[in-house]
Amino acid sequence: MGVILYYMNFLSLFVLIPVLMMLGLFVSNSRKQIQFITATGASLLLILSGIITYMYLTERAAGNVAEMLFTADTVWYAPFNIHYSVGVDGISVAMLILSSIIVFTGVFASWKIDPLPKEFFLWYSLLSIGVYGFFISTDLFTMFMYYEIALIPMYLLIGIWGTGRKEYSAMKLTLMLMGGSALLLVGILGIYYTSGATSMNLLEIAKMKIPLTAQYYFFPLTFLGFGVLGALFPFHTWSPDGHASAPTAVSMLHAGVLMKLGGYGCFRVAMYLMPQAAHEMAWFFLILTGISVVYGAFAAIHQTDLKYINAYSSVSHCGLVLFAILMMNETAATGAILQMLSHGLMTALFFALIGMIYGRTHTRLITEMGGLMKVLPFLGVSYVIAGLASLGLPGLSGFVAEMTIFFGSFQHTDTFHRVMTIIACMSIVITAVYILRVVGKILFGAIQDAHHEHLTDATWFERISVVTLIIAIVAIGSAPFWISGMIHESVIPVISHLAK
Amino acid sequence: MQYTLLILVLPLLSFIVLGLVDSKWKPKVAGTIGTVVLGIITALSYFAAWEYFSMHRIAGVYEKIIPFNIEWLRFTDYLHINLGILLDPISVMMLVVITTVSFMVNIYSLGYMVNEKGFERYYAFLSLFTFSMLGLVVATNIFQMYIFWELVGVSSYLLIGFYYTKPSAVAAAKKAFIVTRFADLGFLIGILVLSFYTKTFDFGILTSGDTSVFASTVGASFMGISVMSWALGLIFIGGAGKSAMFPLQIWLPDAMEGPTPVSALIHAATMVVAGVFLVARLFPLYVVYSPEVLHGIAYVGAFTSLFAAIIACVQTDIKRVLAFSTISQIGFMMVGLGVSGNGGHEGVGYMASMFHLFTHAMFKALLFLGAGSVIHAVRSNEMSHMGGLRKYMPITNITFLIACLAIAGIPPFSGFFSKDEILSACYEFSPYMGATMTFIAGLTAFYMFRLYFNIFWGKEHKHQHTPHESPFAMALPLVFLATVTVLAGWIPFGHFVTSDRANYDIHLDFTVATISVLIAVCSITLAIIMYRKESKVPKRLATTFSGLHKAATNRFYIDEVYIFITKKIIFNNISLPLAWFDRHVIDATMNGMAGTTQWVSVKIKGFQSGQVQQYAYVFLLGTLIITALVLIF
Repeated sequence: MGVILYYMNFLSLFVLIPVLMMLGLFVSNSRKQIQFITATGASLLLILSGIITYMYLTERAAGNVAEMLFTADTVWYAPFNIHYSVGVDGISVAMLILSSIIVFTGVFASWKIDPLPKEFFLWYSLLSIGVYGFFISTDLFTMFMYYEIALIPMYLLIGIWGTGRKEYSAMKLTLMLMGGSALLLVGILGIYYTSGATSMNLLEIAKMKIPLTAQYYFFPLTFLGFGVLGALFPFHTWSPDGHASAPTAVSMLHAGVLMKLGGYGCFRVAMYLMPQAAHEMAWFFLILTGISVVYGAFAAIHQTDLKYINAYSSVSHCGLVLFAILMMNETAATGAILQMLSHGLMTALFFALIGMIYGRTHTRLITEMGGLMKVLPFLGVSYVIAGLASLGLPGLSGFVAEMTIFFGSFQHTDTFHRVMTIIACMSIVITAVYILRVVGKILFGAIQDAHHEHLTDATWFERISVVTLIIAIVAIGSAPFWISGMIHESVIPVISHLAK
Repeated sequence: MQYTLLILVLPLLSFIVLGLVDSKWKPKVAGTIGTVVLGIITALSYFAAWEYFSMHRIAGVYEKIIPFNIEWLRFTDYLHINLGILLDPISVMMLVVITTVSFMVNIYSLGYMVNEKGFERYYAFLSLFTFSMLGLVVATNIFQMYIFWELVGVSSYLLIGFYYTKPSAVAAAKKAFIVTRFADLGFLIGILVLSFYTKTFDFGILTSGDTSVFASTVGASFMGISVMSWALGLIFIGGAGKSAMFPLQIWLPDAMEGPTPVSALIHAATMVVAGVFLVARLFPLYVVYSPEVLHGIAYVGAFTSLFAAIIACVQTDIKRVLAFSTISQIGFMMVGLGVSGNGGHEGVGYMASMFHLFTHAMFKALLFLGAGSVIHAVRSNEMSHMGGLRKYMPITNITFLIACLAIAGIPPFSGFFSKDEILSACYEFSPYMGATMTFIAGLTAFYMFRLYFNIFWGKEHKHQHTPHESPFAMALPLVFLATVTVLAGWIPFGHFVTSDRANYDIHLDFTVATISVLIAVCSITLAIIMYRKESKVPKRLATTFSGLHKAATNRFYIDEVYIFITKKIIFNNISLPLAWFDRHVIDATMNGMAGTTQWVSVKIKGFQSGQVQQYAYVFLLGTLIITALVLIF
């Protein structure tokens, strides 16, 4: 163990703990044991993310200005110069916090998963390996590998434990995302070979200059490749079906974290490594993301299935992430990362609550529900809080993120960008419309279905899941300065690289 | 004056505590906590007002003090959101208004809401509202104001929808939130534009009179209108939404679905004047950089005021009459600001507007609480279920009458003084404006006394239970507010709040005063003739002007327009096609690609049949063709 840690450095614990969880799950044979193993593992990860944050902030406070901290590098496959190299900056730390919270709450949200709990959590752990690995990697190839590791379990998790047209959705989601990763692979290899770098390390490639003609080819490929995962219009259609069919914890992890891989990758790989092409081509993607923001919100108004509403709302909110990073200034980019964090927490909360409500009412159609606040006060109040966070109430995380994006984007000196910002601002009104429509329909008014009179409110494990998410949302929303500062510092190198 | 921070912190704590305990405590305990906290901060506000107005004056001008300011979020090096407290005459005055009314409403609710389910939830929301409203008025920068502006909006949403099992309340809450949210979009974009050019959010810098801050706005225009006009106009849209100015007034009458004390606090005295406060706060900017927008505000205010006053004359739900009267009175305040100049005698409109805000908060809260007392007694909002109540409810009757006299502008009640200042400012602006506003003042006197006589006089309705006077907890606030209403007119307001923060002595303009009092007295007489006893005049009038009467009863069909826009246009013509497009075009394309792939694979899978004969055949054929090609070329 010590030897492994020596070579891998402690960031790798984020990968190692889920691996150990998998081993433990292999030998476990009762639900109690499975619950114990997953809960312990997820709690350890949560604690670990706290420790990393603390260490990161102390290191920065001590004056360490390196772009990535806690780096380690081991040759993994020498013929292609593939390294296992890790390191984190403020952005990845924020993403690690997010992933840990979602993995933790996801475990509690699927405490009584049926059937095949053992297999479910095996795939679930594998999925988290992919997610964590992606955020700690600084080597393009390793990053890509983790990305694929995160995608594959999704197919099985949806196909086996899902609801509705699960086979279709699982297939669709996997194929579309795989299509994206095919573009991505070409992009990554192109970057590596045309840059002339001697390793696939991000920081090293960033120092090289990729020829402009090559950038023109590989920037769109990489941006689109990651963009598919970030629900970029018109490649977002996997999202409504996928989310609707996925089991609760998978929806949470997928919308909460996996979609963030897209934004993170666009920023860290596509924009960072190919700044010139990014400048030239940003307008095109800006229009696409602008469409995502408004279009997703409008499409959400007309849905009747709770999960579809949130899937379209995610299209809109994740569109805002990509929108903001294309503005290429520090404030907007900080906002983008904050939005990833905030949207991750909010959507996870939404999907958790929808799962819990569905588990009781056996329907997700808003037309078949009503007056649930009376019978399910805890879930009802939590749903309202999630809704308010989503429509950007000050004091909750969504407001901070959206405002940082809007004000950052509006500082752009070009009128086109400012007009786009105003168009994107309109989404806040539309968001209010669909959120309040749902809240009004399902929670308020009279009870629609006599069977709903005797529902029982949240159990203790459901409460753990919901309360953790709410605390995180409130914490970021009411005291945003520290996390915003941490992210801002780390955005600067990328943006100044773009400005060159 | 560090202790002013407590004024904000205590209600927030009270909200958190009451929100978390939910229903684990006895309702009485929750009510007491909420009320005691409000009592403490009211006392603190009074003390702060006393200290501020008596000590912080330099060379005859009140200074601005910032006892507390922290950085909350940093956007760029120059744009950062601070949370702090700014004390100047208008914010200190607002502290007094808000805490007073809120405290009264808290006491009143102990009696009014005691049998309601969710008593502690109610008090939690009231605390949240008070916190947000106080944060709004003491904001040190425009972004802090926006933050609390949104919080106020959500507390209003929660309180309107307090009876959440009642569909009409839920719909009203949603409507209020969405309409004001739409207006807030204007506010937000206004802030975006303003901060882009001035590089600051800070009120201190914006209103300091330093022109260098606005250097980059000189000559900058967009679509032929200067950027400052854009910014200030957009910001006013935000204010118009909260203050229910035409055409965004539609949410306010529906908001009466909330509990009556809430209507008194939020939809009469405090939140709805936030828009007026916003314009007053940015007044130095409006007056210098965009007088045309300021005049626009005056016209919008006047039109809204007239429009609402006409509707108020025919409504039969007593809370709705009061709601339209509120809209109309806020119109007065907006007009006051709109016609005002800066400083000295020029700035009398500003002073009058703030004065009216102050007196109106008191007497309108009193009217609503009185109406609540009536509703509590007869269990209905409809005028036709009332009548002759003066015998059963003497305290309510007297206090309500005082408030009616005040709003009608009869001396020596407070409304007379403040309204009169607005009218004389209007006459100075233009005679037409003055005449219009005087006419509206007459209408006001008419519809208020129509209301009064219909409730307390007129034909007695047969009641199932004999109506009775309200309990002590409800009567006390009535008496207190009535006292304030009687006395507030004698406050030398010009010594406290003026546009340039310097001293100004109010002079009554006797011509204006005489005309307006005469008109008010005539209107009241008319109301007495028509409504004191049962009479046929109202019905005859209604049939004579049936078109106008019908239109006014239906609130000039603005709500139908609203429904048309939201349901028909947005829901059916934008959202529905988009949702369809997403499924049947975009998604179908993706599915089509998958389908094509499958189709091609079906077609070409014959090549991989595994039959050796077929492979040999193709192989042979291929060889022959290639040989043939080689031979030919």
